Amino acid sequence: MTHKPVSIFDAKILAPALGDTFRKLDPRLMVKNPVMFVTLVGAAISTVEIFRSPGQTGFVLQIAIWLWFTVLFANFAEAVAEGRGKAQAKALRQTRTQTSANKISDDGKIKIVDADSLRKNDVIVVRAGEIIPADGEIVHGAATVDESAITGESAPVVREAGGDRSAVTGGTRVLSDEIKIRITCNPGEGFLDRMISLVEGASRQKTPNELALTILLAALTIVFLLAVITLKPLGIYSGVNFSNSVLIALLVCLIPTTIGGLLSAIGIAGMDRLLQRNVLAMSGRAVEAAGDVDVLLLDKTGTITLGNRQATAFLPASGVTEQELADAAQLASLADETPEGRSIVVLAKNFGIRAREIHELPGAQFVPFTAQTRMSGVNYEGQQIRKGAATAVKQFVGGTLPKEVESAVENISRSGGTPLVVATQERALGVIHLKDIVKGGLAERFKRFRAMGIRTVMITGDNKLTAAAIAQEAGVDDFLAEAKPEDKLALIRKEQTGGRMVAMIGDGTNDAPALAQADVGVAMNTGTQAAKEAGNMVDLDSNPTKLLEIIEIGKQLLITRGALTTFSIANDVAKYFAIIPAMLMVTFPVIAPLNIMHLHSPDSAILSAVIFNALVIVALIPLALRGVKFRPLGAAQILRRNLLIYGVGGVIVPFAGIKLIDLVVAGLHLA
Amino acid sequence: MNAHQWLELTLYLGALILVTKPLGLYLGRVFDANGKTFLDPIFRPLEKLTYWIFRVDPTKEQGWKQYTFALLIFSLVSLLFTYAILRLQNFLPLNPQNFPALSEHLAFNTAVSFTTNTNWQSYAGESTMSYLSQMVALTIHNFFSAAVGMAVAAALVRGIARHSAQTIGNFWVDLTRITYYLLLPICLVFAIFLVSQGMIQNFKPYTSAKLIEPQTISVQKTDANGKPVLDAKGNPVMENQTLDTQTIVQGAMASQVAIKMLGTNGGGYTNANAAHPFENPTPLSNFLQMLALLSIASALTYHLGRETKNQKHGWSVWSAMFAMCLAGVLFCWWAEARGNPIHQQLGVAIGDGNMEGKEVRFGIFNSALFATVTTDASCGAVNSMHDSFTPLGGLVPLFNIQTGEVIFGGVGAGLYGMLIFVVLTVFIAGLMVGRTPEYLGKKIESYDVKMVLLAFVILAFIILGFTAWASVSDWGKSSLNNQGPHGLSEILYAYTSGAGNNGSAFAGLNANTPMYDTTLGIDMLFGRFGMIIPLLALAGSLARKKIVPASAGTFPVSGFTFVVLLVGTVILVGALTFLPALALGPIVEHFLMLKGNLF
Repeated sequence: MTHKPVSIFDAKILAPALGDTFRKLDPRLMVKNPVMFVTLVGAAISTVEIFRSPGQTGFVLQIAIWLWFTVLFANFAEAVAEGRGKAQAKALRQTRTQTSANKISDDGKIKIVDADSLRKNDVIVVRAGEIIPADGEIVHGAATVDESAITGESAPVVREAGGDRSAVTGGTRVLSDEIKIRITCNPGEGFLDRMISLVEGASRQKTPNELALTILLAALTIVFLLAVITLKPLGIYSGVNFSNSVLIALLVCLIPTTIGGLLSAIGIAGMDRLLQRNVLAMSGRAVEAAGDVDVLLLDKTGTITLGNRQATAFLPASGVTEQELADAAQLASLADETPEGRSIVVLAKNFGIRAREIHELPGAQFVPFTAQTRMSGVNYEGQQIRKGAATAVKQFVGGTLPKEVESAVENISRSGGTPLVVATQERALGVIHLKDIVKGGLAERFKRFRAMGIRTVMITGDNKLTAAAIAQEAGVDDFLAEAKPEDKLALIRKEQTGGRMVAMIGDGTNDAPALAQADVGVAMNTGTQAAKEAGNMVDLDSNPTKLLEIIEIGKQLLITRGALTTFSIANDVAKYFAIIPAMLMVTFPVIAPLNIMHLHSPDSAILSAVIFNALVIVALIPLALRGVKFRPLGAAQILRRNLLIYGVGGVIVPFAGIKLIDLVVAGLHLA
Repeated sequence: MNAHQWLELTLYLGALILVTKPLGLYLGRVFDANGKTFLDPIFRPLEKLTYWIFRVDPTKEQGWKQYTFALLIFSLVSLLFTYAILRLQNFLPLNPQNFPALSEHLAFNTAVSFTTNTNWQSYAGESTMSYLSQMVALTIHNFFSAAVGMAVAAALVRGIARHSAQTIGNFWVDLTRITYYLLLPICLVFAIFLVSQGMIQNFKPYTSAKLIEPQTISVQKTDANGKPVLDAKGNPVMENQTLDTQTIVQGAMASQVAIKMLGTNGGGYTNANAAHPFENPTPLSNFLQMLALLSIASALTYHLGRETKNQKHGWSVWSAMFAMCLAGVLFCWWAEARGNPIHQQLGVAIGDGNMEGKEVRFGIFNSALFATVTTDASCGAVNSMHDSFTPLGGLVPLFNIQTGEVIFGGVGAGLYGMLIFVVLTVFIAGLMVGRTPEYLGKKIESYDVKMVLLAFVILAFIILGFTAWASVSDWGKSSLNNQGPHGLSEILYAYTSGAGNNGSAFAGLNANTPMYDTTLGIDMLFGRFGMIIPLLALAGSLARKKIVPASAGTFPVSGFTFVVLLVGTVILVGALTFLPALALGPIVEHFLMLKGNLF
């Protein structure tokens, strides 16, 4: 589920943002951003210069005004990004009530509450078909629980009060019965709050990449400060007296105000985009790291395949018709609430077996799956019908299976499927082919990741044969079969030692160490508390394919920063061509040919450059908030493309922009 | 710009390409402490003896701090050594002309100048330096400063190539091996070749020759203290002087010139440098001197590619350098061939271009080519007077140095300077591919960015700062022979040349004054070590990092896009920093010249 992004032109955001714009003028806040701080100081000096420039008052006044605007525009960009993030978070908080829980209040009544509001020691009731909202302990009752989301085991397990099997995990589904659970830990509380604080100014810290970029921008600012300050004595030597306001105008135009003004807005907007997709990031660093990921670890179940296996064929033993087999299979599966069981019932319908309800079979005795028997089925009309793993059924029928059944079992295994043998107490009737269903569109998506240089690795508890077959069908680059949780951790470590960055998504307590080790660890909201604490992001939708979007957002964030930095620096070429001739024209009229834009007058040239410099920030706010469009291409192609748009474009656009502004300035007789 | 000259340009660039790979391969063996070379039978015992004398354990590598410390100590000691000889040369042997000791400031300036591979010369060699000073005090630095530069480059390349390593090599081993296996043998052969071309190599006192036509010249009258005598209005009094003899310089020239070019030192034996008929006797010696001064820098790019197992990257860096070099040569040649419109209006040398300050033997093309490559590299040897170039022609050498001398550049210094720009390019543009910027698998983080930019800011600071100071001070302006924008260009050129460790000059400036000698000395020191220290820190930081294996998502550091990007960054960063200063110097001067004003 994706929220509609909050429009930046929403009055609810704009009004408080305007207030923040001025509040951010506080020099103690401004000093964190060296580029804008220098601009602020420049604006202040220019303001003083207004009163010290007789005969030039109008011109200096305009320069000062536009310098103030430059600072305010940058503040405004940041304020809007913050406002949007907060609005997004608020909206999210309201919609999150969907996951509800039946809490037993102190007076013993059941109250429906927001799952996220549950606290330790609360007692809740969970009925068949509901998801257990958080980790807990069963205090009353017993139930079959589908823990496939966490363990990958598709067979349901029995959980009951008292003893070893009383613990239940958040995100698992109760299949039968009703249980009372005492919550053992506080669920996802605070994640949202933490995210909001990342968006807001106070506790926001610069990410490593942002820090490096700030150093670059600060160094460029120092260099331009040097170039401009030394211009004063060089001018004295040459007999030109450069006024302070002109020098400041030149300085502000040269220092990278465009990226300097938009840098924090870009970072906040990255967080906003995650929020729009219902992902909470625990740190800005994590978002950035997402762009750097080299290897994606994807659990097979839920991510690559639709949660569970489905029956796709009945392969009868000799002397048994498909119909008979389908009929027996359906009977054996009627009480089987697992997705596999239901898929058998559905498939049987295709063979003309009408759907039967349990209550239509008086006297039927259902035999649930247990770890000992590894079979389930029904005792009906004197028949014991069972389905289960080949080895279990083999024992059940007396030690041997017909040859054709054996070979069917072998073939199915080899093709990556799971064979279930159906039998009565007398003989094996045939085999059900259970198959993993790979989600649509994944192969295409993995191909795009490959183009971006990201390797996908499928993790599964299946045997190698099965794993290989599914890996091939899904189009992943590699797979890890028969994986235990510690294998996952070892794989992450191995990749990291090789210098690669690893991302994974997980939900179980088992996943916690791996989630903590991964550079980007996304925990599902339905997952256990331990998993959520270990990861650095939480996906509120618990959608495993979300990882792919997270990576795209991370990349988009970095690309936007790089593109605007390039644009900002490239802009300086045109500004030099506007300002330098204007500064020298009075003393050295011979350099007129350098005024290639044919700007109206020296004053209008300088003013136009300053105005362009301020307006370009406003013009780029939408881009900074939206992010540069991301295309899943190789680095070389992305580079060429962005270089053309933001590098070459960055050289050309200001020539046109400054000329245009100069026409307006001259037309209005402003300078 | 005729066919013959185009042919020579093609020959020159072709020879540069040919020498790059074999020399690059050889460099790899020299930089490898266990590398085998065909010179092992001769130099291996000498190398071992050197380690034994100085108690160096060649198997023990150093971290970047130890490496830097060793380098600084070595530079300081050798600087003091040279300073002492220059101050005491009147007491030392091999001084047949009985030259006096150098003044404190000149000795400081000269010792710094040679230690930093700058070879800025505030003096005229043939009338200042004894043979001992030339051969020992100065030439020793021609070897060592070149070896130090290469050692830094070798250490930086190791830092880039290594995976999770703590060390970047051993400074003493690098210094020893570069000197023994690379510089000494090549210089030996090269010096003998130069002698074959007519270059002198002797210890004779200067000889005197009787002029066939005595010349009368007008010179400033000086009093007993050497101060100019002024008339009542304060103008210098001129007097006529008749010259009927010429002093002909002698000395051990070939041995010094070989390393001067190969080590991109550039400090001339004579004041006229490579324009002097002894110091550059034939077209062939001119050709090979130009080739020598770029060959090691060119080969180092091959070494970079080989060590990092990305030869395409090496050639891409080379291509970026080559493209800028070619553009500079063509622009300078064009500007000089076009000449000075005012000369042409006066009917002087129509069609010859701007021959002022150029040797007739070399002409426009060889002067423009030499001027461009000597400033591409941090050599600074000259075969023409850069000061007399047209404003735009002179802009090329000036801007070449202002880019940081990365167009091939000095031996070692060119490569490590270029790597600053490579890291900068990778950082700015690398973000645009949506990953934390990586350079050959090394993530570029804030520490690395800080070091790279520190080197860059220091360079801008000293060039612009000193120029601005000198241009408004009496001490700065009183040394100028030319006023107006050209005078500013001379000052800017001096500090640019010092900071860039180039050593060439717009020679209209009299730099042998206490203030110029001292400020230029500081300029050179910061230009050298203000760059080396951050870069060795970068080498240490890169060495410690893991190497991220390349994938389709990795920023490409080879190919056409990268070359264009790198050239763009070098030119843009250089232009953005220095354009305001250049505008008041050569650019204004150019437009004034077109209107008929000369300075």
